[in-house]
Amino acid sequence: MRPFWSGTITFGLVSVPVNLFPANQTSRVPLRTLGSEGQPLARKYYSETTERNLAADEMVRGYEIEKGKYVVVTDEELDRLAPDKTRDIDLTRFVKEDSIPPIYFERGYFLTPAANSEKAYKLLAEAMEKSGQAGIATFVMRGKEYLVAIFSDHGILRAETMRFPDELRSPADVGLPKKKKVPPATVRKFETLISKKSKKDFSTAKLADEQTARLLKLVKKKKAKRSNVVHVKGEEHENGNVIDLVQILKKSLAGKSK
Amino acid sequence: MAARAIWKGELKIGSTKIPVKLYSAVVDRTVRFHILDDKQLARVKQRMVNPDSDEEVAREEVQKGYEVEPGTFVIVTDEDLESIKPAPSREIEITEFVPPEKISQQWYERPYYLAPDGDEKAYFALAEALENRKREGIAHWVMRNKPYVGALRAQDGYLVLFTLRNAEEVVSANALPKPAGREPSTKELNMAKHLISLLEGEFNPAEYKDEYRKRVMEFIERKAKGRAPRLNAVKSKRKTTSLDSALAKSIAALKKEKRAA
Repeated sequence: MRPFWSGTITFGLVSVPVNLFPANQTSRVPLRTLGSEGQPLARKYYSETTERNLAADEMVRGYEIEKGKYVVVTDEELDRLAPDKTRDIDLTRFVKEDSIPPIYFERGYFLTPAANSEKAYKLLAEAMEKSGQAGIATFVMRGKEYLVAIFSDHGILRAETMRFPDELRSPADVGLPKKKKVPPATVRKFETLISKKSKKDFSTAKLADEQTARLLKLVKKKKAKRSNVVHVKGEEHENGNVIDLVQILKKSLAGKSK
Repeated sequence: MAARAIWKGELKIGSTKIPVKLYSAVVDRTVRFHILDDKQLARVKQRMVNPDSDEEVAREEVQKGYEVEPGTFVIVTDEDLESIKPAPSREIEITEFVPPEKISQQWYERPYYLAPDGDEKAYFALAEALENRKREGIAHWVMRNKPYVGALRAQDGYLVLFTLRNAEEVVSANALPKPAGREPSTKELNMAKHLISLLEGEFNPAEYKDEYRKRVMEFIERKAKGRAPRLNAVKSKRKTTSLDSALAKSIAALKKEKRAA
């Protein structure tokens, strides 16, 4: 699998070419859409006026400037709108790792060394880990600008994309009431409650996807009972689109992705 | 203008209950494009087709299936999906409190502001207590037929509830090998740490603006008036220097900058 994106981290005058892979994946069970005989269906785009199905090269991207009126914007234009220097992940600021409020965090990506950058990559990762700092940068990737915090996590650089300040509401925007002074005794009551229910650590076992587990259990039961099971001839080979992200990352970190 | 609450519930800690309203803390500012067919420049529609004949399959005939083995599907009906829905509830149950640094950034997904809904005293007291004790609550609730695990946190005196990702959704660096390649020398490491310390500062979000989004919108507006500007092609050439000399030059440049400031 090709990386999601390839780019360069710059750090002073040091540049580190990197590949970027998502660190999040969906946990939901993929349910396929099937026809009445159980045959897998395909989703197609079509034109309402001609009723014809459309191939990928018969479609363009448009911004609705007024109702029903669109401005077409090409991939090339979106690409050219980003000046060269905005494509680099330029670490111009380092902040204490735990100083960023979580309200900013959006999603994670792993950065792996590319094009003989292992030495500079390891140096940056180790120096960041030792100093307990996260690097902050903005850069344009695939038609969108990102604000990121880059953390060194077990020797691997991980970028968390962050919301820009204008993508977050303030308590005043939401219309929350003015803060109230409350009697210290009430605060103490809650502090006692917090202490009583405090744990030293957080176990991610709590984050198991219950809903998917329930669906899988139901599927297993139905399969055992042979109720509602269909077999489609000629579909036996179709299982190639399950992507094992961990395997891809392992290869990339070992320098075998090229 | 005040936002609209998206949900109402009750925070439950032991036997204590605090009624709250939920508001999204996020505003979507993505530049949204539509897919058009290139001849009519009209929005395209989607339909399900039989891949062999390319013929449309009527909505009533479509079913959902889970592939248990290649080519073998277990049909999952609407009734099946209904039967596994979690029981509806208005409770946001806080089961425990943990130090915030124990929850990695990777888990946080979407933030919601909580507003007091009748008991301001308890609401602000809980926010203050969470701040004083430096703890986040682990929350469990069901919203719109979906079970959530989340983190309850005080921010600037208000309560913020985050949905957390499922365990299966996050790849942990723990599960990955260290990158290949030789270890940096002590000298290089010290120089790199020095460079980091010269760039050290506070996280100040107000410094960052989405300039690209602005540029895209300006371009669209000019193109709509028939005056699209010419855009230069992208070139990406970079000269390489040795790691040591790049580090040394960076440090020298930053020190000079600091002295001048």
